[in-house]
Formats: sequence, C-alpha cells, structure tokens
Amino acid sequence: MTNKLIDEIRSSLDNGEIDSHMLFEEAVTKAKEYQKEYNCFVTILDEKQEENGNSILRGIPYALKDNISTKGILTTASSNILKDYIPLYDATVYKKLKEAGAVLMGKTTLDELAMGGTGTTCHTGIVRNPWDKRRMIGGSSAGSAACVALGIVPFSIGSDTGDSIRKPAAYGGVVGYKPTYGRVSRYGLFAFASSLDHVGVFARSVKDVCYVMDVIKGHDDKDMTSLVDHDGVYIDNINRSVCGKKLFYIKEAIDIDSNSGELKKIIDNFNTTIEKCRELGMIVEEVSFRKDLLEAIYPAYMCISCAEATSNNSNLTGIAFGNRVDGHSINDIMIKTRTKGFSELIKRRFVLGSYVLQKENQEKLFLNAGRIRRLIVDKMNELFKNYDGLIMPSIGEIAPFFDKDSDRLSDEYLILGNHLVIGNFGGFPSISIPSGFVDKMPVSVNITGRAREDALVLNIANKLEEVLGYRGLVKENE
Amino acid sequence: MSSYIPTIGLEVHCELKSNSKNFSSSKNGEGVVNSNLSVVDIGYPGILPVVNKEAVRKSLMVALALNCEIVEKLSFDRKNYYYPDLPKGYQITQFANPIGINGYVIINVDGSERKITIHDTHLEEDTANMDHLETYSLIDYNRAGIPLLETVSDPCMHSSKEAIAYLETLRNIFLYLDASDAKADMGQIRVDINVSLQREDENKLGTRVEIKNINSFATVKEVIEVEIKRQQEILESGGKIEQETRRYDEVNKKTVFMRGKVDAIDYKYYREPNIPEIKITEEFIKKIKKDMPTLEYERKRKYINDYGISFIDAATLTKDKKLSDYFEDIISYGCQPKDTSNIIVGFLLGYLNKNDKGISSINIASKDFSDVIKMMTDGKISNKQLKDIFTKSLDEDKNILEIAKMTGNQISDRKQIREIIKEVFNDNSKIIEDYKNGKNVKGFIMGLIMKKTAGKVNPSLTNEILAEELEKL
Repeated sequence: MTNKLIDEIRSSLDNGEIDSHMLFEEAVTKAKEYQKEYNCFVTILDEKQEENGNSILRGIPYALKDNISTKGILTTASSNILKDYIPLYDATVYKKLKEAGAVLMGKTTLDELAMGGTGTTCHTGIVRNPWDKRRMIGGSSAGSAACVALGIVPFSIGSDTGDSIRKPAAYGGVVGYKPTYGRVSRYGLFAFASSLDHVGVFARSVKDVCYVMDVIKGHDDKDMTSLVDHDGVYIDNINRSVCGKKLFYIKEAIDIDSNSGELKKIIDNFNTTIEKCRELGMIVEEVSFRKDLLEAIYPAYMCISCAEATSNNSNLTGIAFGNRVDGHSINDIMIKTRTKGFSELIKRRFVLGSYVLQKENQEKLFLNAGRIRRLIVDKMNELFKNYDGLIMPSIGEIAPFFDKDSDRLSDEYLILGNHLVIGNFGGFPSISIPSGFVDKMPVSVNITGRAREDALVLNIANKLEEVLGYRGLVKENE
Repeated sequence: MSSYIPTIGLEVHCELKSNSKNFSSSKNGEGVVNSNLSVVDIGYPGILPVVNKEAVRKSLMVALALNCEIVEKLSFDRKNYYYPDLPKGYQITQFANPIGINGYVIINVDGSERKITIHDTHLEEDTANMDHLETYSLIDYNRAGIPLLETVSDPCMHSSKEAIAYLETLRNIFLYLDASDAKADMGQIRVDINVSLQREDENKLGTRVEIKNINSFATVKEVIEVEIKRQQEILESGGKIEQETRRYDEVNKKTVFMRGKVDAIDYKYYREPNIPEIKITEEFIKKIKKDMPTLEYERKRKYINDYGISFIDAATLTKDKKLSDYFEDIISYGCQPKDTSNIIVGFLLGYLNKNDKGISSINIASKDFSDVIKMMTDGKISNKQLKDIFTKSLDEDKNILEIAKMTGNQISDRKQIREIIKEVFNDNSKIIEDYKNGKNVKGFIMGLIMKKTAGKVNPSLTNEILAEELEKL
C-alpha cells in the first residue's frame, strides 16, 4: 500500500481496509528489507508515534532527510561528527507534518552534511539507485529519493542547496520539488548554505507534492526569511488549463555538439516532452542566454556555498554537542574533533570556503560570485516577464556508475549538469518530474518558474505529468 | 627632547536591556548558571536567528542620542572565529552597515566643553561567559546572545581625563534612555582602548596599540596612563612602537603583549544570510524620537539658560537622571526652579551624602516636596525650619507634610504679632531706652519674641512688624 499514491492510501484508510499501524509496519518492513542493498536510512523508527493532527496526510508514513532536527530522534546529517547527536528540538517542517497527522517512519541517508551530489559520502556508506544498483541515486537527498522510488513511503522530505532534491529525483524516477525560497521554513534544517538552502518534497506525483506542500508551507516566526502565505491551496489549482502558458528553454544548454549517445537520447526525450507541452496549448520557445554566465554557474555556486558552509558548520566543535575528541587544551579539542569528525571531501570544501572568504580574496572570489549570481537572477527575472517558466532536461545524463568522481571540475563543462542551481540562486520554485527512460534508466524534465509562483509551476507540472504518463512510477525489486 | 601628544580612541561594548536576547527568545537577565538559554543560544544545528525589535529600538535611540546618521536598511554580518564562548562559531554583528555612523557627543572636562566624534555604533550579540580552571573550563551560556551595542569613537581624545568624561557621558546616555543598566561591575559595559603617541613637532598620528576588555572606568584611566608612559619611554629611548594588541595586568599594573599585527585574526566578515534587510522607516524613527526623554546635555542647557541655575548645580542635577526627573517633577507643581535647585543641591544631596544614601531612598512625593518649598517661599516657614522638616522626615521616614504642618503651626497673624511685640516692649523698658539712645537692639528683641512664643511666630513677618513698631517709638 505504501507504494501507492496518497489519494488511494487515503481512501483505503478512510474505508477501513487498512489502518495507520499497518501502513507504518509495511513501510518499516520494506525499509528494513531494502536497507542492506540500498542504504536509504540512517534510522528506521521502531515504534509508531501517535498521530494527532488531521489532514489528508493523517496516518500516512513518510521519511525525513537526516539533516532535519527531530527531538529525541538521532539526527546525524550522515556525518561522523554528529553520529550520536540527538536533537532537543523539532524542525518546523517536522512539527507541521506531525500536526497534520503524518507518521514519521525513518530518517534518510544523505551526502555528509548535505554537501555532495552523489549519495556516496554518507558516514554509513553509499546509497544505491533502485533502477540499477551499480549506479548512484545522486544526492545529497539520496535516501529520501531512493525510499520514494522504492515505494517504501509515498513521500519524503529533502533539502536542496544546488540540486540536492531535483537531481536524485531525476536519477530515481520520482518527482522532486524545491519551492520558492522562504516558502517552507528552514528552522531545524541543518544549514549548509543558508542563502541557497531549501526544504522540499519527493513524491510519486505532482498532486502528492501539492498535498505535502499545502501542509508544510507558510510563514514561520522562527525563520525571518520565510514568506507570508498568500498563494492559496496548491491542490486546488493543479488542474487549471495551461493553454497559452509560455515556457522557454536555454539554447546554449540544448544546442550542444556531443558524441555521447546518452546525451543525444536525453535531448530527444526533451524534444518529445516539449512537443507534449505544445499539445497542451503551451508555447515553448528557444532563448539565448550568455554562455559565460552559464559556465560561471558552478564556480560561483562553489564559492558561495562553500563559504557559507564553512561558517554554518563552525558550530561543530564538540564543545556543547557532537562527538568530542579529547585534547590538551580547548583549541586542541576543537581541532581534533573537527579533524576526526569530517571526511576529506568536507574538509576540502571548508578550506575552499575559508579561502574565498579571506580578506584578500573576498572581493575577487566571494563577492564576484555573488555578482554572477545577481546577473543570472536578473536575466532570469527579465525572461520571466515574458515567460511563465523555464523548461529543461533536469540533467544531461542518466544516473552515473559509482566509479565516476563528480566532485571535481571536469574538463567538459555541461550546462545541463549545473543549470538547476539557477533555481537556488534566485529562490525560484523548481520541479523535476519523470519524462521517460534512456538505457532503462529514468530521465526527467525540470520546470522552474517565477519566485513566489509555486502554484503555477505545480499546475504546469501536473498537466505535463498527465500527458507524459509516468505518474506513480515505482521501482520495486523482487 | 620633544614631547608627545597622546591620542586615544575607545570602543565601548554595552549590554542592552531587553526582555529577551538579541536573536532568540530566551531571557536577557539574571539567572542561575545556564538557565537563560535556548537551542539558538547554544548554536545547535538548524537554528536560525530572529532579530529582537526592542534591541533595535534601543540601539536606534542611542544612535540618535549620539547624533548619528541612521542606517536606511538594517543588516547584519557574521564575524567568524573559533572559541568555545562563541557557540555558533560566528558572532552576528554589523560590519558593513552599522546602525549609526558619524555621530558626536559633547563632553565636559574641567568646566569646558569638547566634542567627541563617534565613528559608529553597531548592534551585535554577547558571547558566553567562561571560567578557566586548572584542568578544565566552565561555560555559562546565560550571557550568550545578549544584545550588545558597540560604540566606536574616533581617536580624538588626548588624556585619560577626557576619556573618562566621554565614558561617563556615554554611560549617562544609556541610563537616560533606559537602554542599559550600564553597570561596569556586572560586566555590562566593557571597553577596548587604543592609544598612540604623536611627536609634538610632527603632523602624523603615531602607531596605535590596542588594549582589550577593560571592565571599570577607574581601570580605563589607569591603563591609559600606564600605556602612555610605556610608549613614551620606548620612544624616548629611540625605540619604535609596534602595532599590537595588549591586555592589562591589574596586579602588576602594566599592559602585556597579546598578539602582533601579523597575528591579526581575519574574521572573514560576510552578510548574515538568515536576516533579510529591514527597512528603518521614518515613522519608526519619529516614534522613537517622540518616546525619547530629554537627555543630560539638553537638560543642563535648559537649567542654565532658562532657570538661571549655575553651571555646577545644573551639572550636579543632571548627572543622575533620577535626580533630574525628581527636580523636574517638583518644579512642575509651580515651585521656583532656582529655589528648588538650591534646596536639592545645597541641602538634600549633602544630607544623602552624609548619610550614605542614594536618591532612590528618598521617600518624599514630589508634590509634597513642592508644597513644603511653597510654604517657605510664602514665608510660612523659615529656611532653617525647612531644613529641619526635611531632616526630620528623612531621618524618621515620616510624611513630610505632617511634620511641616506641625512646624508651620506658627503665628502669622499681623495683629497678633503686633500685640506680642508690644507686650515684649512693655516687659523690657530698659531695652527700649537703649534703643532710643541709639543702640541696635533689633536682633536682641527678635530673640526675646522667639523665646516668648517658643519660636512660633513667623520670622519674616515678625521682623517686618518689629521694624515698624520700633520706628513708631
């Protein structure tokens, strides 16, 4: 039952065929069954909490990424430095889901501290792709994507700083939604890069994303960047006609000369997808975007995100919480704790972040990265005056095999590998939905819209999902 | 040998009064160790800051009182460094856009006024409190996150006297605005001092040395003097001053090297991303201005110019806001300001001083105070009686009006006084003879009248009538 869509689960609950205990047991059993192979979870809960709230989600099990604070429940951020950390407070998103009656069944594996896009840097091991165990699911919300793809739960919560929801959603054949910046409170989300961090949703349909979003969105007194809720109930708007809506795609990203057969197939799939958009009455146009700006996305992203990450993670010293390593002085304790607690990859990012923030480099690196961000966002906002959204292949490849190292700058810079960051730069609502298969692996299309217009993005995505025909996709293994 | 001009600048950190901390909802106030804290103050993963509006309001008041230009959009920055008293690993402060810049205050040094220019004043959060013991350290997070306003003066003072006058003026601004209790002994006001020496015949400031974290004004004075002397000795012996940070060794009364220029910490300041810019509207500023009390300097001017009170008395009255408020309350009931000032400064403060009491121990309602003063100015009681009334009321903590009524139960009826005078004349014919022979007996007769009536006659009235009666003889 947990592999079904929310409407179906809801009606089974309401007509008494099943109850929330059965659902919880089913989710937990599946989770345990798949754990050794896929490593979706850091923690699988033993006992179902009493559900008190009331909403369409009442009694329905779900999973939270393990960088979201849950009082009394281990929250590790998949890092050794927090491997025994039990928070004293609830994140707002968790609190809201609790109040809606949704049932937490586990905490999902992520790339350490949400930094990384592979699902391979978790302190408890790698997360595998349900569609092909030799391949990555992608990250950083690796477990949250995989557990929805496997049908363990109908939805899960992730976080997205560069593409950490939408990329694993694309690799895993599920829907991944990153709302407008501030739409969902970040209170309780372990900060990676605060100006880019978002809390978002994985599900197997756009409609299910809406059900969850309607519960978790809204202003929070504890998050000054959270938005006042003026945009109605998403679920009420998803079936509106999208006839006449205008989308654009970026010429420089699609119009590429590559020998990769895989990439060609992905672009073919994209072309088919935009044809379907046109069948729905939407207008899809090609737009040219400054190539130097597009190529600057990744370095700018690295500068900003690593800089913010160094500062955000300075609280991890083992002094007030976390795994403390003894030393001969206070400084020694902090140094040893951090040296032992973080993986090499994390340290590399911290060194980078520290470097770009240094007085002598800040202007050239950190502040210039901010200017690039601003230029890109300004250009997008200008385009959004004419268009309702940007449509792109979510990513220019299918889920890679594990031997591929993706945390280094490759010689071949793929705009299609980095454009999702635009959504984080501008805080734009951005959704990835399955659009087909290439070499038996799911591929995905992304729609990014104007800031604050989550309802419209979800509306377009839902209508497109209807004609693409991959709603409710599950990869259940024998 | 040439002489040197010292130049001093001060950075004053003052804890603001507010219900809650600067970025969290935990209590800002006294409490047992580690009781005023929340997950935000300890910097647990996932926490976010929420700006305390009251702290912003108080900071704006201070910035306005310091005649600063006010920032249009409020923003905060992170100052990044590692120390266990800084739970988040960064302090939220204002680096790029302080709440107020380019201000000044007028200070008074030995009766003459000087303008001290303020570089900026900015809002930040305090750190936790640490105790380092032999083999371990203790952390109290109660202080972590308390709103702290740092006011940075330009290097424009030239003596410890000026520095202290500036500090006292600044502290009084905080007290007048009720922005802080500014108790140095409670660590609520802490000072970083920078000192440089410039050769008198040169036109360039000397190399500056900073001395950190001084907790009392008396020590500030000491440090400045000690540091000037140290630098002077180095320069006079042909040495060079290094740009460095020092601390004060209170036991040996000398400043001690902490770190040099090359070891200066790079704080990697950058914009705090969790706090959106907040526009400071003109209405908000207007409202704040409306709520602000008249400050020490302005009150002093008014007392001197409008009330004709001497500079020194005006300074005494305004030095303590409570006293100044009391004074203004009393005169609001129609008392003569100058008489009132004379009584307060000339008598009341002396009494308080002698009895080691503060203004807050006075239990006399300002209305009652004014009534008693009016009795004197109306001639119902003498100046001496007034003082006696006050002393008795304060000593015995009794209602002053009751005491005054008893004392004021005096004979003020002209006819009655005239009759008493006549009786005294009749009883003392010898003295009348003396008078007629040209002797000055007026004082002696007054004494006799007082004796006869047990001091109950109204002295000024009696004096007047006595003169008339003597004239008639």
